[in-house]
Amino acid sequence: MGKTVSEKILSRASGNEEVSAGEIVKANVDIAMMPDLTTILAVNAMKAMGVQKVWDNEKVVIILDHVAPASTLMAAEVHRDIRVFVKEQGLKHLYDVNSGVCHQVLPEKGHVKPGRLVIGADSHTCTHGAFGAFATGVGSTDMGAILATGKTWLRVPETIKVVVDGKLPDWVAPKDVILYTAGQIGADGATYNALEFTGETIKDMSVSGRMTLCNMAIEMGGKAGIIEPDDKTFEFLNERTDGNYTPVHADDNAVYRSTLNVDAEALEPQIACPHKVDNVKPIGEVAGLKINQAFVGSCTNGRLEDLEVAASILQGRHVHPGVRLLVVPASSEVYLQALDSGVIQDLVEAGAIFSNPSCGACFGGHIGLLAPGEVGLTSSNRNFKGRQGSPEALVYLASPAVTAASAVTGVVTHPRDI
Amino acid sequence: MSAMKVKGNAWKFGDDVNTDLIVPGKYLELVDPYEMAKHAMEGVDPEFPEKVAEGDIVVGGTNFGCGSSREHAAIALKYVRVGAVVAESFARIFYRNAINLGLPALECPGIADAVSEGDELEIDLTGSKVVNVTTGKELEFMPLPEFMVEVLTEGGLVPYLKKNMEKW
Repeated sequence: MGKTVSEKILSRASGNEEVSAGEIVKANVDIAMMPDLTTILAVNAMKAMGVQKVWDNEKVVIILDHVAPASTLMAAEVHRDIRVFVKEQGLKHLYDVNSGVCHQVLPEKGHVKPGRLVIGADSHTCTHGAFGAFATGVGSTDMGAILATGKTWLRVPETIKVVVDGKLPDWVAPKDVILYTAGQIGADGATYNALEFTGETIKDMSVSGRMTLCNMAIEMGGKAGIIEPDDKTFEFLNERTDGNYTPVHADDNAVYRSTLNVDAEALEPQIACPHKVDNVKPIGEVAGLKINQAFVGSCTNGRLEDLEVAASILQGRHVHPGVRLLVVPASSEVYLQALDSGVIQDLVEAGAIFSNPSCGACFGGHIGLLAPGEVGLTSSNRNFKGRQGSPEALVYLASPAVTAASAVTGVVTHPRDI
Repeated sequence: MSAMKVKGNAWKFGDDVNTDLIVPGKYLELVDPYEMAKHAMEGVDPEFPEKVAEGDIVVGGTNFGCGSSREHAAIALKYVRVGAVVAESFARIFYRNAINLGLPALECPGIADAVSEGDELEIDLTGSKVVNVTTGKELEFMPLPEFMVEVLTEGGLVPYLKKNMEKW
């Protein structure tokens, strides 16, 4: 019987000839990634297990991103304790508060390769499936066990195939594809499943756009989002890794739980309305809604092409006086690219607040909080109640283009209409 | 295993209770579990930590614990002394986190309709049974895989691994 990408990667990682969906395997982890706010809990769990040293000081990657730089004393203490731990353990890979969001930094620095098993102590670890890896998020005790042993148990997931064909219309972005998909599949429609994205639209899509798709697999309950690597992937990786990897492809006769076909040409910009990511509507049904804050950034949409499209809309225009526009690059590499291309100049001249790379306003713990009664439009990934500040605020998800256009008009706006 | 029973009153929550609601993002810097417990369910019911009694049972709808992987959510429920979480269905990461902490997370289709707030529930973990003592109604939850039963029996993945490191 044919195998999916997940089945093949988990076969290799568990040392089995062949595993199938539904089996529980014990797998060797290739990369264990931790962001700042979950690291200490994982370290405490490892030590409570009676283990003092991590299993491999080259396979653990720590990235200080959620509260970067520290804005509270508690965060400062967490960061300090992590730096001490890194030194004590001789860990080879710490990316400090000047680096960016873990899911951007990890592939940029060459830690993600096709066919690898990447486990992260952050739910959006599924982003790295964009490079043909099997990548999934876990909690801190699971991560503690990985730090102690290099192993974890995983249920081999069934796979939902999402086939996207056709050319995306003007102003319709990968974000709209994934919001539409979330609306179709539902917030728990892919629980315990992997999502494999395939089709002509995906082949034409940039690596950045593919990361946006895989990033939001978790918003459907997905364990992993996966895109088979191709020349675009290799081009990205060849500049950053030693090239020592074997791409994994699904068999033609692989068994899928179900298939969702998406006609890219028929898509409009999509908006996920409060308080659920699957409460998705075409922009026409939300247009005109007044907003107070707009956020372009996060591991979902904080890359150069996201900032560029926002800048192209804002160039020669100005942010509406009733709106705060926050732009946060996903990494220092993106920051430098944006500096070099003039994007930052355009954004700041238009009235945007441009901040250092971090998770930014995405998770409501650092910058850019919403007051009760306010409305936020964001290019990030979650519109949960209270996600970006007050539980009495409303959060809407959209593409960077829609977010930027709406920042100009002060209301939810299709970019073609400004 | 015979001692694996949980008895307490039900606290009902709806569908899609995400981990941001269970412990909001502003508390992610916390590392002390008792501090996390003070904010358990803050996004839904800020008075929950004062009202809940030891051994009480959280009853959820579908997709309980969705969203962020923050273990703070399961830790807060455990340290506010919740005895078990029973739901129509769970999001994957929360489910693992709860079991790893020794907090029973039980998938029990029909539980949302079968339980009203405050009902007294008795859970028999080995018999895969939830009894609503108040109404007399009995439901079966999906039996846990053997490995998870072992982890729960030991009180979580930390004590389990401490004992079974060579088997791992």
